[in-house]
Amino acid sequence: MQAIARTEVEDFLFAEAELLDEWRLPEWLELFTDDAIYYVPATDLAVDASPDNNLFYVADDRFRLSERVKRLMKRTAHAEFPHSRTRHLVSNVRIRKQIGDELEVSSAFITYRTKDGVTDTYFGSNRYRLLPGNGTFRIKEKRCLLDSEGLRGQGRVSIIL
Amino acid sequence: MNAFQRMNTALMVDESKKIFKVSRQAFVDPEILEAERTRIFDKCWLYLGHSSELAKPGDFVTRQVGGRNILFARDGKGNLKAMLNTCPHRGAQVCREKHGSAKSFQCFYHGWVFGLDGKLRSQPGETSYAEDFKERSTSNMQQVPRFESYRDFNFICFDKGVEDLSDYLGPVKEYLDVICDQAETGMTIVGGTQEYSMRANWKLLTENSIDGYHALTTHATYLDYLKSATGALAQVAFEGSARDLGKGHAVLEYKAPWGRPVAQWIPSWGEEGKRELSRLYDGLLARFGKERADRIATFNRNLFIFPNLVINDIMAVTVRTYYPAAPDFMNISAWALAPREETEWARKYRLFNFLEFLGPGGFATPDDVEALEQCQRGFRNSAEAQWNDISKGMGKANPSYDDELQMRAFWSNWNEHVFRVPA
Repeated sequence: MQAIARTEVEDFLFAEAELLDEWRLPEWLELFTDDAIYYVPATDLAVDASPDNNLFYVADDRFRLSERVKRLMKRTAHAEFPHSRTRHLVSNVRIRKQIGDELEVSSAFITYRTKDGVTDTYFGSNRYRLLPGNGTFRIKEKRCLLDSEGLRGQGRVSIIL
Repeated sequence: MNAFQRMNTALMVDESKKIFKVSRQAFVDPEILEAERTRIFDKCWLYLGHSSELAKPGDFVTRQVGGRNILFARDGKGNLKAMLNTCPHRGAQVCREKHGSAKSFQCFYHGWVFGLDGKLRSQPGETSYAEDFKERSTSNMQQVPRFESYRDFNFICFDKGVEDLSDYLGPVKEYLDVICDQAETGMTIVGGTQEYSMRANWKLLTENSIDGYHALTTHATYLDYLKSATGALAQVAFEGSARDLGKGHAVLEYKAPWGRPVAQWIPSWGEEGKRELSRLYDGLLARFGKERADRIATFNRNLFIFPNLVINDIMAVTVRTYYPAAPDFMNISAWALAPREETEWARKYRLFNFLEFLGPGGFATPDDVEALEQCQRGFRNSAEAQWNDISKGMGKANPSYDDELQMRAFWSNWNEHVFRVPA
């Protein structure tokens, strides 16, 4: 398989961030494979901990992720109605490994969320498993590792990080 | 004389007219918070942690309880210790890690070394100290004034004269028994702590944790989710009752239509789940008989232990405690509790269930956070719009789970503490 340039991965992650910031969540969901997972572990766990035997903040399979998207697009998702304004900044993108078709990618992130005159900052790293194809990628796994001590400042993860 | 001293209650109560109102001042006034610190958090039993968090000798956690830094450790003999995490020498926090395992604790400032039980073992320059220095109790890390436990739930109190924990809990114990009896070999805290916060007064979370009335509106999207997740509901009507357990404690007990990994099956758990749950149910039946087995397996409990511990035995079991940092800010810690002997299947579904609803990334808790923060915003109008109403179901012989008896139980006891004239 042809080597993949970091810039291709960056373009993809920047586009993902844009979809999130524009609240185009149904389109964002399409980036994920049918068996994809999206995890935000509790911050006192090992980075590779499993949600089968540890308490996470978010551990979505593809079905629950699609329900999360549906929920966030409703007026009755009170935590995000009216929608917060967000800005997902993606940086320090690295291709860690390529095994067969699959790419392991890491990035650093800072996400700002503003609502009702209050701004929250989320920061940490994302670990992706990506499948290349048709000049783009699909996400098989997105594991979002918060660097903060829990959510002491932010209080909730009502947006997608 | 300040505003707080001029008041002698924050409540407006008239049983005959079924009026129960709470002054919004109670949620915003810094002097009220100060009174809560000295008259509630310094006087009541407070939850410290669960014995399972310290499995082996040397295991420890550090946490904030009632405004203090506490070191909770299992010593070499296997005994649990609750110590004030401050060096007797010059005051520095001795243990600076959140959790771990240790052979001893060393204060890095001057190098004093303490045993797992807090006793001073050695200090640099020992010969410069009095000969009996190490034998003095004042040379050791200080134990918390009171430390007792019930069924592996460990509590501390900063008031030496407080009644025994067993008396304090009273009828709460029976509910803790029902929750703990779902396990044959004891309950355990599952790895991973949810630490979050809300820009709201801590008492709002007390109310919200035992408020059955808000579910249909606040959690509309969660109920949508259950409907859309085919087979996520059991054929059970949503009904139940509320009880005042005295001393501010209260409970809701009700049948709920979601799956319970104790032994209430839902179709989406498939045949494997059915086999597993029927095995669990048979175990309960053999140990407790049908009535209690049904209660353990199919009923939900939202248990509130005054002043700030909530154990929700619902689609999973959550243990949650919270403290005010300011009148309009609280810090919350939450854990998942599960039977120690649970199979991988049951543990996985329990946690899956937990995250569907609970926690700051779930489909429900963020909306609770929003609701409570909006209440706190509303209280900015408290000079003119002065009162909260919690009279729902007043005077009813059998208050329903969605009445507000449980909140009145909390507030009456809160009022006793905060406005009691010191003896």
